Amino acid sequence: MNASTVIFYILAALILGGAILSVTSRKIFRAAIYLLFSLIGIAGLYFYLNYEFIAAVQVIVYVGGIVVLIIFSVFLTHESGKDMKKPALGRALFSFLAAAFACALTMSLIMKQQFIPTPNAAIEPSVNNIGTQMLSTTQFGYILPFEVVSMLLLAAMIGCIVIAIKVKAPENIIAAGHELKVPDDINEEIEEQINASL
Amino acid sequence: MGIGLTQILFVSTALFFIGVYGFLTRRNMITMLMAIELILNSININFIAFNKYLYADKLDGLFFTVFIITIAAAEAAVAIAIIINLYRSYKSIDIEDADTMKY
Repeated sequence: MNASTVIFYILAALILGGAILSVTSRKIFRAAIYLLFSLIGIAGLYFYLNYEFIAAVQVIVYVGGIVVLIIFSVFLTHESGKDMKKPALGRALFSFLAAAFACALTMSLIMKQQFIPTPNAAIEPSVNNIGTQMLSTTQFGYILPFEVVSMLLLAAMIGCIVIAIKVKAPENIIAAGHELKVPDDINEEIEEQINASL
Repeated sequence: MGIGLTQILFVSTALFFIGVYGFLTRRNMITMLMAIELILNSININFIAFNKYLYADKLDGLFFTVFIITIAAAEAAVAIAIIINLYRSYKSIDIEDADTMKY
């Protein structure tokens, strides 16, 4: 058992332990922090596989972006010291059984499978190679998905603003399930104004 | 024994089904979103591992991972906008309370 194997098992323990605590913790803020540890472990796994660019993207986007977003939304929507409800016993039991059996099935399939690596020479996943292929317009270039994803991000940004913006129009109050309160004397006020203008 | 593709696929499979378990048991929208992030990350590990061990002469798995990360970020942002809007309307983000369109 050499150092590389030990590092891999430490990373695997960090990933899986963080994930298990994240889906079982009853304090939502702690669940978010355990998710953070799990994502950092995944970034470590990418470093372990020598994909430094993806590891950096993982840290920047997931740890620096999504987890912070989740923590902010926890602060906006919860009293974050409070425990969440326990899941119903039957639901937890059957979810566990479903996940465990599917996991066992998939793992047995993986163990049976013979993986045959390509005989061709390996490409270094350096930023130079990644950038050249991502923006190339030849047959194996990824310029079209790159542009489509940029449109998607723009659409998502506008969509977020439109969804989350606070509207103080009356239809928003009706949508919230409240009656629109009209003062009783509003007709009299209008009549007075009409009379005054006449 | 060295670390091969099989060990990494075991880790990603376990992570995927931990995410599935969380998605099935949680009733809170933000924690369900966290479970979805775990599932997406296990898929990313799969793509990177296959690219590294089976198709080292190409970079396609890496590009798929980059695009999945991008789309996951967009998805999380839109989901959180929807959750905050729901919280404003119903004062709760439990999925059992969001049943207006059900009947």
